[in-house]
Amino acid sequence: MNDAPALGIAGAPGTAQHHDSARLHVTGRAQFIDDVAEPPGLLHCKLVTSPYAHARILGIDKRAAVAMPGVVAVLTAEDFPGANDVGPILRDEPCLAADVVEYAGQAVAIVAAETLAAARQAAKRVAVAYEPLPPILSIEAALAAERYVAPPQMIERGDPDAALAAAPHRLKGRLRTGGQDHFYLEGQIATATPRDDGSMLIQSSTQHPTEVQHGVAHVLNVPFAAVVVEVRRMGGAFGGKESQATQIAALAALVAARTGRPAKLRLARDDDMIVTGKRHDFLIDWDVGFDGEGRILGLDMRLAARAGNVADLSPAVMTRALCHVDNVYFLPAVRLRGYVCKTNTVSNTAFRGFGGPQGMIGTEAMIEEIARHLDLPFETVRARNHYGPPPRATTPYGQEVEDNIIPLLTAKLAASAELAERRAAIDRFNRASPVIRKGLATFAVKFGISFNIPTLNQAGALVHVYTDGSVHLNHGGTEMGQGLFVKVAQVVADVFQIDLGHVRVSATSTDKVPNTSATAASSGSDLNGMAAHNAATEIRGRMAAVAAAHFGVPAHPVTFSANRVYAGNRSVSFAEAAKLAWQHRVSLSAAGFYRTPNLSWDPKTMRGRPFYYFAYGIAASEVAIDTLTGEYRALRTDIVHDCGRSLNPAIDRGQIEGGFVQGMGWLTMEELWWDEEGHLRTHAPSTYKIPGSRDIPADFRVHILEGSPNPAPTIFRSKAVGEPPLMLALSVWLALRDAVASLGDHRFPVMLDAPATPERVLAAVDDMRRRVASS
Amino acid sequence: MGGEIRFLLNGAPRIVKDAAPTTTVLDFLRLGERASGTKEGCAEGDCGACTVVLGEAADEGIRWQAINSCIAFLPQIDGKILLTVEGLAEAEALHPVQKALVDHDASQCGFCTPGFAMALFAFQHGGESPAPDAVHEALAGNLCRCTGYRPIIAAAEAVAGATDRFDAAAPALLEALAALTQGGSISLEHQGERSFAPSSLDELLALRAEHPDAHLLAGGTDLALFVTKEYRTLPTVILLTRVPELRHLAVDGDAVTIGAAVTYTNALPVIERYWPSFARLIRRIGSRQIRNLGTIGGNIANASPIGDTPPALIALGATLRLRSRRGSREMPLEDFFIGYRKTALAADEIVESLRIPLPQAAQRFRTDKIAKRWDQDIAAVCAAFNLTIRAGRIEAARIAYGGMAATPRRAARTEAALIGRAWDLPTVEIATAALAEDFQPIGDWRAGAAYRRDVAANLLRRFWLETARPDLPLEVMAL
Repeated sequence: MNDAPALGIAGAPGTAQHHDSARLHVTGRAQFIDDVAEPPGLLHCKLVTSPYAHARILGIDKRAAVAMPGVVAVLTAEDFPGANDVGPILRDEPCLAADVVEYAGQAVAIVAAETLAAARQAAKRVAVAYEPLPPILSIEAALAAERYVAPPQMIERGDPDAALAAAPHRLKGRLRTGGQDHFYLEGQIATATPRDDGSMLIQSSTQHPTEVQHGVAHVLNVPFAAVVVEVRRMGGAFGGKESQATQIAALAALVAARTGRPAKLRLARDDDMIVTGKRHDFLIDWDVGFDGEGRILGLDMRLAARAGNVADLSPAVMTRALCHVDNVYFLPAVRLRGYVCKTNTVSNTAFRGFGGPQGMIGTEAMIEEIARHLDLPFETVRARNHYGPPPRATTPYGQEVEDNIIPLLTAKLAASAELAERRAAIDRFNRASPVIRKGLATFAVKFGISFNIPTLNQAGALVHVYTDGSVHLNHGGTEMGQGLFVKVAQVVADVFQIDLGHVRVSATSTDKVPNTSATAASSGSDLNGMAAHNAATEIRGRMAAVAAAHFGVPAHPVTFSANRVYAGNRSVSFAEAAKLAWQHRVSLSAAGFYRTPNLSWDPKTMRGRPFYYFAYGIAASEVAIDTLTGEYRALRTDIVHDCGRSLNPAIDRGQIEGGFVQGMGWLTMEELWWDEEGHLRTHAPSTYKIPGSRDIPADFRVHILEGSPNPAPTIFRSKAVGEPPLMLALSVWLALRDAVASLGDHRFPVMLDAPATPERVLAAVDDMRRRVASS
Repeated sequence: MGGEIRFLLNGAPRIVKDAAPTTTVLDFLRLGERASGTKEGCAEGDCGACTVVLGEAADEGIRWQAINSCIAFLPQIDGKILLTVEGLAEAEALHPVQKALVDHDASQCGFCTPGFAMALFAFQHGGESPAPDAVHEALAGNLCRCTGYRPIIAAAEAVAGATDRFDAAAPALLEALAALTQGGSISLEHQGERSFAPSSLDELLALRAEHPDAHLLAGGTDLALFVTKEYRTLPTVILLTRVPELRHLAVDGDAVTIGAAVTYTNALPVIERYWPSFARLIRRIGSRQIRNLGTIGGNIANASPIGDTPPALIALGATLRLRSRRGSREMPLEDFFIGYRKTALAADEIVESLRIPLPQAAQRFRTDKIAKRWDQDIAAVCAAFNLTIRAGRIEAARIAYGGMAATPRRAARTEAALIGRAWDLPTVEIATAALAEDFQPIGDWRAGAAYRRDVAANLLRRFWLETARPDLPLEVMAL
């Protein structure tokens, strides 16, 4: 492995490169699935969904719908050739509800018609008779009834009860965090096209083509090999198209199989938000013991997540949450329990961070309260609890933190963000400002990189070199906007030492690279970059051997540099070298494979080394709140983020900024609101507000940490960057709490959950004023 | 009446006859033209992925305005130049806004990008400054979930004031438009749906009398949702925007008169001149795309309980002129709202215009909107205060709220508590106590009842602080 990419080509790793589709994006020529030319005879589909959160289906009368003009089929649970199930982990997730509906919005039928308009009209005419049943909607109700979608999980180390009992100080607290809709701009969509050999071609907006392949095969009762799933690009995903895309594709395939015609299912925005899953909301309770310096001695924390009606990915989300309660802090004696609550709400699912953000947020609120309790600066208490050298370097699940750069990041941020000076200025401002209050807070993240389940940490790639020197690259990772394709192409360009423009990336497809993992867990570049590197290196070795033989030099001095191949004193262009290999009947195609080394995880004991390495980052945010209305504004954010040796600083910066703002949305204005019957009432952008351009920090300074290659031998020593920056937005939420705390001179606890809507901020302000008044 | 819709699409003439009148411009593009650059993100005008630009003749060349194609019906673009993302680049030469987006790495997934490109095109041609407020106002109608906006803002700053080939092409485009355009009225009928676009007030009143069940379409930014979200058919639609009387905008003597079909955008300069606080609120209604089509008349006739503009207009003492073939009548705006989404409009009547008395000496006015997001959000609470204060004493008070009851309405007890008293803190506290008697708000997804009640009172307190403590920072947005 080359640690330092060589210079001499356009688009080398480490250089800022535009997204490979940037020109297509801005001209509107980038095709998303709904933009692809429709095959003749394509049917358009609309779901019929349950108005009840919990009900028995007494009967479905399709007659009126079937009789409508243009309607070709109305299909229900009875119409599956195979299994009516698309569960990713457990087999508990019906594609169309059979006997019972378990959330408002669950699909019970699908209508297929000649036009989308006809399908929509007919869907209104499918008459479903229900017998409503009592729903369980909240985390508390599910906990009380002990209804879970999977068994409770626990990470335990030492004797937390004894540590708590012996601790000089002890605090208990509770925090609620809201869920979050992915709000990818392109809604869920799939097109299924039957082929002459009985196989099915699926074009799906999915992060997980292999899972879609399996889901479709199960539903149609055909072998995996009879299903090809293809995805060129998604219009955003963020975890929302990891498992959720499977049902959409399976239903399109069901229609296609039953009618023999191509079928497209595209969810309109409201359906998308009502029918498909979101980030889990959590209820977090802690009981912490600490010494007079603020050092945590013992912790007992319970995380309860609203999983929704089925398991989906919730058990894995909870595992990651439990593995991130520690974040950057050493927790000596600890018990962390996780409950994935079964509720009559839509199944919550993967969302950027995958439980990590919810795991961390309670700990931050807790450390903040410890600092206030002891009247110590928040930063001091945090620093005292940071991971350090052994014996303070072991996570609750037993993995050693060997690559800790928190002290370095903290020092860099303190200097570049002028934290001490600004804290003093903010205190001065607040003393003179009764209505508008400012707050400032920092937050550091440590995020474990790898799927928690070791098996999933594998990837494949396929590289072809053609005789004109152009290169075709394909790999198992999917492009959802994150810039994976250009990053992996940069890797291949580097191996061959050819300009990036010679490498073309094609749509991810299950018939090119099989048995892939989801593009998730921030792992896309790590896994696929390495697999592509291996494939290209294999071909380069063959080409070198041919060139050596051709020029009569030993193979090892053959070098690839600046679009040429050098052997001894002779050189040929890369294209000529490729042609030479072909003339010598040497294969110019290779499949590459990679598995992340040194991983282990025991799901029973919840111990092991699940993460190949950790990614770090730190942020400081300054906010102002209006204590009359609860409105607020992010004034400034400084970020120092660790990308290892960045493969592409332009792309990585985009991930940092975009992840941060998305995290801000989760913690501030994005509010999922269910009514008492379990209907989601914020199911479109008119009612569900994601950040707009004015909502980002007015002064937004993002720095990628320089000179900090990944100690783990990842692809060119880079680090994953998809998820970790999202959590840096906790600095905004903590700054809002700091602003509220200023009303009580930072002496009283702040009662502010997430999302911190203006309404919640005003309630926290009023609560603070009551505490001050009664003290 | 003509029976077809005519417009220029990226410079090429289009004549549409055989289409439902409620066909959205987006569906026309994607399904009719198979031009897939323009995207559907929400079908309700809130995400901006469907943004296109309409051009029309103006004093100097072409006036370009961004709109949401997902909620604009075909009859609304008759006689206009429709520009889409496919029309920006010339062969392989990117338009300056496209180049700026590429140069700043402003696209990730790319789905929102065509909409941003079109919003930036309108921004660039609007001759605006690259100041943050202007940029955010131009981008407020477009959501991006990937980038965090920083690079898009940078692209906007880069293109502010730039010139492009459309400046030089304007005369030819306008000539082509003039050659295509039809004057007069239009009607369209397709499979049981019909629309009328009358071009005179008399004609409109006749149609209204003849079709009392027809939906009146001004900007359509709310009406279109029946079609795009509820999949309803609208059997009869009457488009108001071709009637010159309804597009009348004038300052005459002691009042501003705004025709019912005047868009927010067109009304904004005159409102800015007399009521900057109201103008600030209008800039927060929807987005540029919405305000370029939406009308204050529509906002009123729609009778939303929140309404955004009605509280301010009620506080300002605005009156409505209603007209039918039977004649016309004028009424105070607060009398127009008679119940939840119910108005005093008779089946044969239309709202003709709105009249706002100009500010008087000693009047203090302020209006506020409280929402989860500053831009493009529907208010949880809207408040408007109009006090006449002489020698420290309140002589007259008009106070109105939206989001606090089934209709926007005045706070009668609060007004009574204020009138005759000194404008000081004790009076404000008496008034906020009265306010609690005036309204018993409900809770919903926009805000809980307690928050609505508390914030309504606090807005009155802030109004007082604004006069009493000019030394204090009172707005986070002003920092």
